Amino acid sequence: MAEESTPQEEPQETDEAAEEAVARVLPDDRILAGLAEPFPNVVFTSFEPLAGPRQDTATVSREELISFVEAVNDAGFETFIDVCSVDHLNRKPRYDVVINLLSMQHTKRLLIKVGVPGDDPTVQSISSIYAGANFYEREVWDLMGIVFEGHPDLTRIVLPDEWEGHPLRKDYSVGSVPVQFKGSHKSS
Amino acid sequence: MSDTPNNTEGDAQAPMLEPPTGSADGSLDADERRRAHDIWVAGTEEPDWIANATDEGAQELLPRDIDPALQIQRGIAVDDDFIDQPTITEDERQILNMGPQHPATHGVLRLHLELDGETIRRVKPIIGYLHTGMEKTAENLTYMQGGTNVTRMDYLSPLNNELCYSLAVEQLLGVEIPPRAQAIRILMTELNRVASHLIWVATFGMDIGALSMMIYGFRDREAILAFFEKVTGLRMNHNYIRPGGVAADLPEGWEEDIDGIFDIVGSGLDDYEDLLNRNPIFLDRTRGVGVLTPEEAQAYGVTGPAARASGVNFDLRKAFPYSGIEQYEFDVPLGKHGDTLDRYLVRMEEMRQSLRIVQQVLETMPPGDYRTDDRKVTPPPRKRIDESMEALIHHFKLFTEGFKAPAGEVYQAVESPRGELGMHLVSKGGSKPWRLHARTPSFAIVQALPVMLTDQIVPDVIATLASLDPVLGDVDR
Repeated sequence: MAEESTPQEEPQETDEAAEEAVARVLPDDRILAGLAEPFPNVVFTSFEPLAGPRQDTATVSREELISFVEAVNDAGFETFIDVCSVDHLNRKPRYDVVINLLSMQHTKRLLIKVGVPGDDPTVQSISSIYAGANFYEREVWDLMGIVFEGHPDLTRIVLPDEWEGHPLRKDYSVGSVPVQFKGSHKSS
Repeated sequence: MSDTPNNTEGDAQAPMLEPPTGSADGSLDADERRRAHDIWVAGTEEPDWIANATDEGAQELLPRDIDPALQIQRGIAVDDDFIDQPTITEDERQILNMGPQHPATHGVLRLHLELDGETIRRVKPIIGYLHTGMEKTAENLTYMQGGTNVTRMDYLSPLNNELCYSLAVEQLLGVEIPPRAQAIRILMTELNRVASHLIWVATFGMDIGALSMMIYGFRDREAILAFFEKVTGLRMNHNYIRPGGVAADLPEGWEEDIDGIFDIVGSGLDDYEDLLNRNPIFLDRTRGVGVLTPEEAQAYGVTGPAARASGVNFDLRKAFPYSGIEQYEFDVPLGKHGDTLDRYLVRMEEMRQSLRIVQQVLETMPPGDYRTDDRKVTPPPRKRIDESMEALIHHFKLFTEGFKAPAGEVYQAVESPRGELGMHLVSKGGSKPWRLHARTPSFAIVQALPVMLTDQIVPDVIATLASLDPVLGDVDR
């Protein structure tokens, strides 16, 4: 089972195929165009699902993240929805942190994607802009091992404090893991 | 007398174990003694042992001046009603641990409460007691098997989980779903919303002392679960809504069953409102309790009925309609005050609106197939398997290897009974998801507990928590 559950072998070119599948367009609606103007390095892509609204994604560099998220917040994306992470293993940068924001007034969703390198998995915390990011960033740290700089309380949230490793990483095998309980290491 | 161990003498005779052979002079330090005994021997604890055994590690409620969570609460992004009273000394505060096995926490939620008398000054929610690694599990299940996994996340609204997952997979596949399958999906998820809210009104009533509600709510939910069992074969965790459609068509005579549900639940709702809406004890326990402002709801990602009770006019069924729900008429109830009473009223009205949708589905159920005819996703009909070798092979491969989804990354959200349930699905072209992240509504609700509970009294914790309806399976996943 452990051999089978190692990550599916993935050739590099699937990423390019994925990017082709998503039409590369300049943001054509008013709000996103206003965001794109001061941030020339931010790449906007959109995906047209079969049903439902268009899904917009902005790919941001780590350096620009905070200023971009602040601008997005000012542009009317007042609702925090989600922070999650994806481990691409063989890609550079290795991780993606995906911030999901919602504008109720414009009925619009925006995914902000930040690439995070595997040898330096740090990214700025957005919990000072969206208070709701607090628990979500803790979860990403806990399960994926990405450090959020400036987070007020970056501790494990769903796993025990003594847990070793970050299970959602693709190089964390799904073999038999000895059950770890809090304090179990103390009694031996 | 001599044989009975005399407990009154205390620990004078301890330790009962073999005295460990330590260093030359026979003295042992605390660690050596602990290793030698491997258990606690009463009377031998060193002060640091006690501290080790009871400390909370990273989850400890820190002293007030360095508590970072408190600084967020006081931050400018969210206006909070925290009032600091420096006149109260540290001696008058105590930390109360509530849960994880407290019956009113609806599962295994744990709260650190810092109390000043009976007033709550600080709250720290601690979760993870039900974490089962479902996101990791999903990476090792094919798209067809994945439904059995996600349906167990929010165990009170399994069909909504399945719908969200199926819609996400279908976005990647680009499969067209026939109208009848879409209508069945709406029918089942809206009935599931009613069933989930009925459980909520049952536990909510019980938690604040209206004990009969427990019986009534579960009794009415049973009518819906019986229908689910008839349609899907299971009362919970159905795996009924699957990528490509639904698992089976509705059984003969389903219209009569739905009519029966209308009779039972519809009259039940009237009874509950008669019982509760003008009950002075109920109103005292709920009015003005656990207030969540719209700004707080948005900043903390609280969605669904809890946010709508605060006046946030947002319903995914209206804003980002899915599975053809835009063709049915329904209203979105909104509250004004964001307190526990408004959350109750909003949920009661949501049940009526859901029944209204079900009524329209009943009247307009389109004929046709209950799953897509795309042979890539749908197994061949049973009859073809007997006739054709290729159909047999195809059937076998579909259930062993599964189908492959093209590479891509989608986010799909549906309005679950608790709020926005989203699935972030990443595919790299294989037959299993590369990554499945579930954005669950209860997680955000638990996170927002401190802003609602601060400066309330302890009994209001129960009322507030019950009115928010977090499902801990949904929180921890």
